[in-house]
Amino acid sequence: MAEIIMREAIARGLREALDKDERAFIMGEDVGAYQGAYAVTKGFFEKYGPERVRDTPIAEGVMVGAGVGAAMAGQRPIVEIMTINFLLLGIDQVVNHAAKLRYMSNGQLEVPLIIRTVTGGGAQLAATHSQSFEGWFASVPGIKVAIPSDPYDALGLFRSALDERDPVIFAEHALLYGFKGEVPDAPYKVPFGQAAVKREGKDITLVAYGRMVHVAQNAAKLFAEMGKQAEVIDVRTLRPLDLDTIVKSVKKTNRCIVVEEVWETGGFGSWIAQSVQEAAFDDLDGPVGHVGGLDVPAPYNGVLEAAAIPDAKRVLQKAKELFGM
Amino acid sequence: MKVAINLDKAQVAEMYRQMALIRLFEEQCARQYQQGKIRGFLHLYIGQEAVAVGAMSVTRKDDYVITSYRDHGHAIAKGIHPNAVMAELFGKVTGCSGGKGGSMHLFDIEKRFMGGHAIVAGQMPLACGLGLAIKRKKEDSAVLCFFGDGAVNEGYFHESLNLASLWKLPVIFFLENNMYGMGTLVSRARAAGKDIYLAADAYNIPAAQIDGMDVAAVREATAEALKRVRTGDGPVFIEAMTYRFRGHSMSDASYYRESSEVEREQVRDPIPAFKKLAVTEGLISEKELAQIDKEVEAAVTESIKFANESPNPPMEALFEHIIAS
Ligand SMILES: Cc1ncc(C[n+]2csc(CCOP(=O)(O)OP(=O)(O)O)c2C)c(N)n1
Repeated sequence: MAEIIMREAIARGLREALDKDERAFIMGEDVGAYQGAYAVTKGFFEKYGPERVRDTPIAEGVMVGAGVGAAMAGQRPIVEIMTINFLLLGIDQVVNHAAKLRYMSNGQLEVPLIIRTVTGGGAQLAATHSQSFEGWFASVPGIKVAIPSDPYDALGLFRSALDERDPVIFAEHALLYGFKGEVPDAPYKVPFGQAAVKREGKDITLVAYGRMVHVAQNAAKLFAEMGKQAEVIDVRTLRPLDLDTIVKSVKKTNRCIVVEEVWETGGFGSWIAQSVQEAAFDDLDGPVGHVGGLDVPAPYNGVLEAAAIPDAKRVLQKAKELFGM
Repeated sequence: MKVAINLDKAQVAEMYRQMALIRLFEEQCARQYQQGKIRGFLHLYIGQEAVAVGAMSVTRKDDYVITSYRDHGHAIAKGIHPNAVMAELFGKVTGCSGGKGGSMHLFDIEKRFMGGHAIVAGQMPLACGLGLAIKRKKEDSAVLCFFGDGAVNEGYFHESLNLASLWKLPVIFFLENNMYGMGTLVSRARAAGKDIYLAADAYNIPAAQIDGMDVAAVREATAEALKRVRTGDGPVFIEAMTYRFRGHSMSDASYYRESSEVEREQVRDPIPAFKKLAVTEGLISEKELAQIDKEVEAAVTESIKFANESPNPPMEALFEHIIAS
């Protein structure tokens, strides 16, 4: 057991991939000589060389597409898209190609491609550089979406991503790279489609993913000061979604709020909320709440930006509104 | 730098003033960033001043300028007051984007400065649209579209050159080749190696490669290009060879180039070179230049004071200007 930061957990997963599987390689903008825009691949270029850690031109479309093609031919490409905002330039390759090939070829093809990318706001990078699109991708059948909130899950989920035979979007929150946590030395995996109860409680279920898990944890602390016990569930993979764990919790707490960073309108959390509503209607003491980012493009100004991103206070406010808590 | 001889004293003074202003402004930005006054991503224009200044010295007020996130130099050269730029970098309501755009997203539509755009090559299709509007309105203004050597590998670049040429749009594609796209050397990202301007040939666009460290050469090439563009003959491509003396952004650890390379390139610094030439040619005196330096210093100091004393945008600004109504 050792305490490491999330950046190192992901780097460890990447090294394992390159060490154990000759077919695995990394490609992306500035993953090599620059040492990674977020320094995840620091030292890789020197250790593995330019064949396996490939700096690409700035060209997300062909980068994703080439990853799809290489995966179709049996390689294990790991494509790093510097941030999820730039994945919009490759979205067609993800949605119309990667996600469709197995189905359209009637199972003849498969695309075991991992797209690692950075998501989220909070660093005053303004409207084009602060978005959270993982939920968009999660609405597409044919791909899988993982989003870790701590080093343990990051490494465990990444190991599972390597076993996947389908395209995986692996979303890493920009503000979590320095987040520390315990990671066992012994091998372990975190399976896709298995949510985690990160804190137990009996009064309300808070469902979150990515950095919002920490916001939910903060909210749980505030609830505790009020004598209420919140249960915090980390979804960990948006697709496949582990509804069972959430519903089981809601049946116990009878109250539920879903927290996510993306805009409130059409957020993936609304889908979670609606699924909980259907599955646990009779056990609910009130409607399933949904707290998301305000419906505004991310402003540069720090005060405005902070107001746009969900925090613990807004979670409590929602609980008060819906359940009088 | 022989063409400088064609300049009169007022022109020399003005171009020197602009370059010195941008240089000092950027140096101060770096300092303000270290003090936490400027946040998010900050890309400095230090080393490339001659390009924006030379180009803008022959454009008209009704010519459009559009560029990337490395946009302070273009904004100032296009006539946006340094106060409004600095205030924007501080996220203040008096900034040219009301504090909501930040360093990468400067705008002043009245001045026809159509933006800093933070998605690499994202401004290029927009430039085509601006050109199309000019053409449809039968005006003779032009679009100056600045972009970096990294942008030429995006699909947008190729799509834009083709469309502009096909439709004879009044666009000057202004490539600022500073040798690096983040940490990736041009020759590591482009199959054709150097001489990117030759790519324009594939789209039937006349192109030239010029010394982007020579403000007079930039001025002359732009004037030449504007002539063609204004007569409706279609786009022109200019590749200005320049160099970025600072990191890609403030968070660049510069693993990818030796500091000796940067030192070596200092001999190309456009400002001392222009200064020396102008004095030797008797176009301006040392004393007059020193006076300009003083004024520039006062202007930059004033911009910081202005930015410091300006208020944050009000909370309502968060919800303003998302849609018309
Ligand atoms: C579509 C897209 N991909 C990646 C990035 C991240 N990024 C920002 S600037 C940059 C390098 C661009 O280099 P270049 O075009 O040469 O311009 P320079 O920074 O040298 O001015 C990269 C990769 C981005 N902003 N947008």
